[in-house]
Amino acid sequence: MSISRRDILKSLTVTAVAGSVLRVIPLKAAEYAHQMVKTEKAAQNGAYTPKFFSPHAYKTLQSLCQTIIPRDENAKGAIEAGAPEFIDLLSSENQDYQVSLGGGLMWLDNTCIDRYENVYLDCTPQQQKEILDLIAYRKNAKTDPSLGQGIEFFSFLRKMTADGFFTSEIGINYLGYIGNTYMSEFPGCPPVPGE
Amino acid sequence: MQVRRSPKTYDVCIIGSGAAGGTAAKVLSEGGLSVALLEAGPPLIPARDYKEHVWPYELPHRGAGVGGGLRQGLPDEFMAPNGAWEIQGEPYVSAPGSRFRWFRSRIVGGRTNHWGRIALRMAPVDFKVRSHDGRGDDWPISYEDVAPYYDKVEAYIGVFGTKENIPSAPDGVFLPPPKPRCTETIIKKACDKLDILCIPSRLAILTKPLNGRPACHYCAQCGRGCITASNFSSSQVMIPPAEKTGRFTLITGAMARELIVGKDGKVAAVSYIDKATREERRIHARAFIVAASACESARLLLNSRSTLFPDGLANSSGVVGRNLMDTVGSDGGGYFPQLERMPAHNHDGVGGMHMYLPWWKFDRKNEFLRGYHTEFGGGRGMPGVGDYDDLCDEFEGYGVSLKRECKKKYGTYIGFAGRGEMIPNENCYCEIDPNVVDQWGIPVLRFHWKWGDNELRMARDMQETYREIVETAGGTYMPPVQRGADHPYGIADGGVIIHEVGTVRMGDRPATSALNGYCQAHDVKNLFVTDGASFVTNADKNPTLTIMALTWRASDYLLDQAKKGNL
Repeated sequence: MSISRRDILKSLTVTAVAGSVLRVIPLKAAEYAHQMVKTEKAAQNGAYTPKFFSPHAYKTLQSLCQTIIPRDENAKGAIEAGAPEFIDLLSSENQDYQVSLGGGLMWLDNTCIDRYENVYLDCTPQQQKEILDLIAYRKNAKTDPSLGQGIEFFSFLRKMTADGFFTSEIGINYLGYIGNTYMSEFPGCPPVPGE
Repeated sequence: MQVRRSPKTYDVCIIGSGAAGGTAAKVLSEGGLSVALLEAGPPLIPARDYKEHVWPYELPHRGAGVGGGLRQGLPDEFMAPNGAWEIQGEPYVSAPGSRFRWFRSRIVGGRTNHWGRIALRMAPVDFKVRSHDGRGDDWPISYEDVAPYYDKVEAYIGVFGTKENIPSAPDGVFLPPPKPRCTETIIKKACDKLDILCIPSRLAILTKPLNGRPACHYCAQCGRGCITASNFSSSQVMIPPAEKTGRFTLITGAMARELIVGKDGKVAAVSYIDKATREERRIHARAFIVAASACESARLLLNSRSTLFPDGLANSSGVVGRNLMDTVGSDGGGYFPQLERMPAHNHDGVGGMHMYLPWWKFDRKNEFLRGYHTEFGGGRGMPGVGDYDDLCDEFEGYGVSLKRECKKKYGTYIGFAGRGEMIPNENCYCEIDPNVVDQWGIPVLRFHWKWGDNELRMARDMQETYREIVETAGGTYMPPVQRGADHPYGIADGGVIIHEVGTVRMGDRPATSALNGYCQAHDVKNLFVTDGASFVTNADKNPTLTIMALTWRASDYLLDQAKKGNL
């Protein structure tokens, strides 16, 4: 497998200018190479062990990710799209993320204990919604400045969750991106409705 | 420790393998000369370095890089290792009060690997600005001198475009252009209403097979590096034919430190650091082409001091490092509701714009001198990390409504990038920092920068124009994020557009220029500087095509001199 891949890539690159292989089967070779790169670099499936977050924090992270981008009738949600794994991996490598996300999750539990006498995951769905509705909007910090840190945390987690979801196969299909492929001609713009 | 000298004397030694160095390597080695080329970085190996056609979810970091480095300004994980704003162990300094950023590529092919492939000819008037409006200086050469070389370069590298007969944007030798994308048809319509020129762009990407390179397959990923070499890079298009001649020696990991002058006042050798061993080595040659990029070339000359040239090599005029120019850059964008109704379709195209706005107000008096062109793009591209940052901040909330909003707004943005001519001024230059060396012991550059009033007026005009276009097209204008006192009208910091030129400029008079019209040093006859350093002005045309044309012309001149026995 790796030998044929290397050979194909070599033929595409080193001799591209001299033109041996490509003169004969340029387009097929290109397509084949792309497929092989794709297969070889495909991410591994399987169970995930968090690299940074504690088991409890990771469960909370998963719950928040899925609440930010839930499954609906059109597509699966952030968990299925691998957003928590993505966020955990990056956090394991970045001390700033460890503070802002790790600390943010602690802030959420602390705040839930103060308000509801339970950590976030043990709160009722109504209580969870109540606290998220408070930290999901910047304007709430004006009326209650004690929410500031929570709002900052949630704002960053929302971006990271969007990154994780919309860079996944599920997210990309949901958006309807079509491309990243080989075409012999670019077809241009289909008719624009209403134009 | 003894310095190792090369066992042979080459006809020509080239320093740098980018647009200039690659072109010189091809032309000179094919012309029969023996050529050694020093590149400070490693070889480029597409099979290893390119991530073309990889999906974000095929990489564990989804393109964000280790620790989410993309958010801290590190390069996108999909990009070939073809350049960075900061290179570990190789610092540069901005003087107090100056903000200058320097993008450097340490790899075979240099910044052509990263280049947007926008291949625009300078217009006749661009070479004669002082005669036209009294500011700056004329070039010692004219459009007619360079035009045959524009022809040669375009015919060889492959550039698509259309004949338009626009005085500010001369036509070239063109392959057919790709069809416009939806985003481009929308902007074209608005421009037609406003009498703004909007024409097929001119990019060094093949739409037909050429010289054994297959045509583009429209994956829009030129920036990652093209494994079929359908777009141009020096590493894939200029270096291979040089290697084929058998007269070409590529030395990678070689950081040029100093040009050594012989008793006869000519350059005898280049001293370089072999990065692998940290040892000093030398290459001897009969002629030298410095093509390390405008600022790196100036640095090498300024670091080459000797009793004959106490202020740096080829610098009796004192202009080396002076007249540093970048391009005036100001960006804007728009949200276009009609794009929400577009059916899903393949919007990829080539890795760059299919249409652009050449300078169109050349026929009237404006509030500023010179002109700018406009690049634009957007639409339904491959989703990536950071794409939804702004939407998340604006829409806030969470849940199905957020998810739907992201889908609704996907592909509905078009961004505009103004690219205008900067007039050189005395506040913009680079010099050797008196205190700092890099990890190879080589003194580094210190940059000084201040935009002039003409540039700010131009940036204001860009902002007004983009707002007008967006609103005419039925969109909502989104001004640049970076604006205010430090960035009036969204003007980018010096260096950010990565079009530095002018630091070893050519001219008729040795008192005010370092090079003649063939990029040959007035002071040192066997020394040529053919990269962007040689520019007298920085027209609104991206410099790469002109760098290649000037290099080809200088190389032909050098070949002619060699034939006459003058090497």
